[in-house]
Amino acid sequence: MGERVVKGTWVELHGIVLAPGERAPQVPEETQCVPLEWKVKGFLVRDAELGEEAEVVTPAGRRLRGTLAQVNPAYVHGFGPPVPELLAVGGELRALLRERRSR
Amino acid sequence: MSEGASYAEVMARRGEIVRKSIGLDYERYAMGTLAFDYERLLADTGYDVETVAAIQAHTAVGNTPLVELGNLTELVRATAAPGKGARLFLKDEAANPSGSFKDRRASISVHEARQRGFQGVVAATSGNYGAAVASQAARAGLGCIVVQEAFDSRGVAQPEIAEKTRACEAYGAEVIRLSVGPELFYVFLRVLEETGWFNASLYTPFSILGIETLGHELAQQMKQRTGAFPDVVVVTHAGGGNLTGTARGLAKAGAVESTVVAASVDLSGLHMASDRDFNRKSFTTGHTGFSIPFTTWPDRADVPRNAARALRYMDRFVTVTQGEVFYATQALAELEGMERGPAGNTSLAAAFALGREMDRDATLVVQETEYTGAGKHPLAQLDLARRMGIRIGRGDPRTSRPGQAIVIPEHPSQLRVEDVDLDHLRRSYLRHALAAVPEGAVLEEPDVSFLAAETRLDPSTVQEVIDEVRRTSR
Repeated sequence: MGERVVKGTWVELHGIVLAPGERAPQVPEETQCVPLEWKVKGFLVRDAELGEEAEVVTPAGRRLRGTLAQVNPAYVHGFGPPVPELLAVGGELRALLRERRSR
Repeated sequence: MSEGASYAEVMARRGEIVRKSIGLDYERYAMGTLAFDYERLLADTGYDVETVAAIQAHTAVGNTPLVELGNLTELVRATAAPGKGARLFLKDEAANPSGSFKDRRASISVHEARQRGFQGVVAATSGNYGAAVASQAARAGLGCIVVQEAFDSRGVAQPEIAEKTRACEAYGAEVIRLSVGPELFYVFLRVLEETGWFNASLYTPFSILGIETLGHELAQQMKQRTGAFPDVVVVTHAGGGNLTGTARGLAKAGAVESTVVAASVDLSGLHMASDRDFNRKSFTTGHTGFSIPFTTWPDRADVPRNAARALRYMDRFVTVTQGEVFYATQALAELEGMERGPAGNTSLAAAFALGREMDRDATLVVQETEYTGAGKHPLAQLDLARRMGIRIGRGDPRTSRPGQAIVIPEHPSQLRVEDVDLDHLRRSYLRHALAAVPEGAVLEEPDVSFLAAETRLDPSTVQEVIDEVRRTSR
């Protein structure tokens, strides 16, 4: 049994648009052998269980059905650690301008 | 997504779905066998530069600052021959409401959708355009759905696209995120069919006419600032809309002598429909994966006739490497105090090399910036690249390999551009055009004139290439 999620919760649904055998003929081999997947967020229409079929109303007002995949999904993209190869650039360029200006 | 028609069935209805969702009768503009009246298609919409500017002023779009880059100019001169090194200027398009020039494109599409009584707009885009449409739709009180190619089969999202998802959702749009593949278009068609909403395609006349104000403004701003139109305008080039709209706007302002240079990030060797290559690209737009195919055949878009026809307007086409763009992005932040997104800085990287070749009294305008933030940043892109096993180091950017090695220059003198052979692109365009002609059909005078305008070749050269292609393809 999955976790019970109550009606009105902001969730993400997941589903398959095209199975591996149904992909467009022009896509390369490595894409042919995986499904075309979709994910959409919306408000749960009625109580549902994680991993089970559920229905949402999207911000555009549409009702969509799919597998309940995530509850209040986080935005996890960020900046990551500073990149040493870029950290030095500013100092180098300022030094170059200083040298030019002192000539 | 609801149960529905199969891929083949929906794709077979594509013409009808697209026609209904744009409300333009493209057939009316057909001429000869393959030609169409491009200027009339645009003019019949009724949007001239003044009308577009008035609509955009109403939604706080446009009138962005033109900034002279004094320190970067000095840096370019430090690596140039005596007497060389143009004055560099930047059109700060990040100042638009959703943070990029794409607001200009979205504004007219959304205006048109509202005028015609559509309840909402749909756009197929993984980039800034989605946020722009969502932002404009929010202001107009229309619904908005954005369809993105967002993650690979392992569920790893491209950080820049993850940020676009967040931005679209922040403006109240429904975002359909898809895994990798051109069948995105199938999903897009189904959404258009299910909703009956307006197709805010990047490639309609509305989208291109919306960008004309960018070229028009920068021409006037340069005239006011320097007393003359710019000598060179560098445009980050992907699908062709940015270049087409900007060049048209420049011409309408009278800046017909300005040289228009297209600049793209070199991603040669990476397949655009490959699940494997998807996250090996550190740029999601402004790269050769879009710009080469769209330059050589614009009518591969989601509309019957693409209003973005870059080959008509480009005087030169150059590429730069990913590492050079990250370097230029860092330089803009640390020397000019402007932290902006990397994709928009593609033309800035090219400007280093182009400016170096020009005289000191000449002027060069980098015609856009885009906003930056989590995901949409060199750090996020390089962090992902490292996790994908791509080597990152410093050195000569010529040693970089898309998908394998990103090389950050060690000195500004290492920034170079590679010229793309325009003659080769023109011939490639003509081959595509001829391939679209039905077997046995005869090309008439309007067709040859059209192809000449498309390629900027004279009609007799066009005829020679046609004869040559037909001979060799038999």
